[in-house]
Amino acid sequence: DQVLHIVPETFQQVQHLQHLCSTLLLDLWKPLLPEDISAGEDLHIRVPAALVQEVKDSLDQHMISYKVLIPDVQELVDQSMPRDRRSHRQIPEGYVYTQYHPMEEIYQWMTQIQKSNSELVTQHYLGKTTENRIMYYLQISQPSDKTKKIIWMDCGIHAREWISPAFCQWFVKEILQNYKTDPKISRFLQNLDLYVLPVLNIDGYIYSWERDRLWRKNRSPYMNGTCYGTDLNRNFNSSWGSIGVSYNCSSDIFCGSGPESESETRAVAQFIERKKSDILCYLTIHSYGQYILTPYGSTTKPPSNSEELMHVAEKAAAALMGKYGTSYEVGPTSLILYNNSGSSRDWAHMIGIPFSYTFELRDKGTHGFVLPADQIQPTCEETM
Amino acid sequence: DIDDVGRKYHLELVLEDVLDKDGTVNCTAEVLYHLGNKNIAPDVHFTTEGELKNTDEADNVFYNRIKSLEKELVAENIPDSHGNVPPEMEPIRLLAWAAAGYVIWQNSTENTKFQLAQIKHVKQVKRSDEYLEFDYTILLHEMVSQEIIPWQMTVLWHPQHGVQVTQDSPQPKHPSE
Repeated sequence: DQVLHIVPETFQQVQHLQHLCSTLLLDLWKPLLPEDISAGEDLHIRVPAALVQEVKDSLDQHMISYKVLIPDVQELVDQSMPRDRRSHRQIPEGYVYTQYHPMEEIYQWMTQIQKSNSELVTQHYLGKTTENRIMYYLQISQPSDKTKKIIWMDCGIHAREWISPAFCQWFVKEILQNYKTDPKISRFLQNLDLYVLPVLNIDGYIYSWERDRLWRKNRSPYMNGTCYGTDLNRNFNSSWGSIGVSYNCSSDIFCGSGPESESETRAVAQFIERKKSDILCYLTIHSYGQYILTPYGSTTKPPSNSEELMHVAEKAAAALMGKYGTSYEVGPTSLILYNNSGSSRDWAHMIGIPFSYTFELRDKGTHGFVLPADQIQPTCEETM
Repeated sequence: DIDDVGRKYHLELVLEDVLDKDGTVNCTAEVLYHLGNKNIAPDVHFTTEGELKNTDEADNVFYNRIKSLEKELVAENIPDSHGNVPPEMEPIRLLAWAAAGYVIWQNSTENTKFQLAQIKHVKQVKRSDEYLEFDYTILLHEMVSQEIIPWQMTVLWHPQHGVQVTQDSPQPKHPSE
């Protein structure tokens, strides 16, 4: 992002600048409102990186001269942050967890995280996406001679739910930052291994950054490339295709051409199937709605360990509420939300993983999928 | 259940003012979903107890600001991808919420749950009378089908006369690429 300094000379220039600011929704640093832009007065505008060229071209076209006041806003922001204490050195310097990051940066972050925390973290290949991108998960494991049970958590199965990958990244950071000093976390890691998949639906996530913010599915082509995307959370082999789905590719709940028809689904399912006897808990993170959902979505028949499942979930919801008063509803998807089949959470429970939960993070619809970045911290803190 | 008519729900709820978190108002409502024909909006009757914050001053500031614009307001993507709304667009967003409430009511059944997801585009339409008019294209999110439905709505507003949706219609989605 850059900040440009302009002194409009004529009324026409003022008009054009006002138009530019309101159509591109540019961040005016000075003055505050587009209507206060006037000839002969200083104008400072912050232009998002993606629009810098377009804006400069437009200014050139209209013969409006400008100076670059700040060539790199992020650099300035990083510099203005206080130096972290020694224990924070393990976290990639300058990685801002309170902002949403595109996939490129999340890939880099994973590499960095492993590099700076190699005694605890290893990055593993899980599989490939439809568009041939590599899926990685992070294994957080304290070296020990005993085999430990596993907790698996995946984020970003639905592209538009940006708060979900943000939470996975935050979660990893919190564990790594505090495992030496926080007795709860260190006890946790003595007995359990954490496997975190920060973005499951990588192709979809990228698409929501570049083309359609509210995209949900993956990007696999159907009908000769005239229709795209399977809802990965309807594609697992749990009563696949039976209820709460569409067989039509143009639907946002299209279940695919068959159970595990999508490479992303297979990548996750094959891994979990292999490790299932050691997996204690399967968590999948979504938004929005503020729910902790238990099996099943495809039937109202309760799972075998329903009491225990509910008990743990209720304790979690209470702890969550204790932080900022955010209330989460707890219960089976089929009872408190809607019917669906082929969900990863149902599948995990059906193959024998005892504790299987879907988290729907903030909010309840006010911002919905487009949760402002300033809610990343409180959402993650309370969910932690 | 009411034979041959439909299903009626009796609700007790608390309304919270988005702009004034401590401002709450108790509300009781009755909602009747009509049997059969899904093209009729549910009947709604409600009573409220208590008063919401007076917004006359903010209303007038916004009204005068828009009235004095040299060129008609045009904007896109409110909020943006990161959830941000420039402060001067907040009233535009609040207006959209109110108007979208009407559209959602008119199109709700017992099996839908709509939320306003985003304002895709808004354009002010110049008028010769004292009303402000905005042509919105909004995106509605429907929870059960998970669909995002583009919807056009023409909204009239005046500080003393309130909000009105004079025209609205769902828009065709662009075919998925």
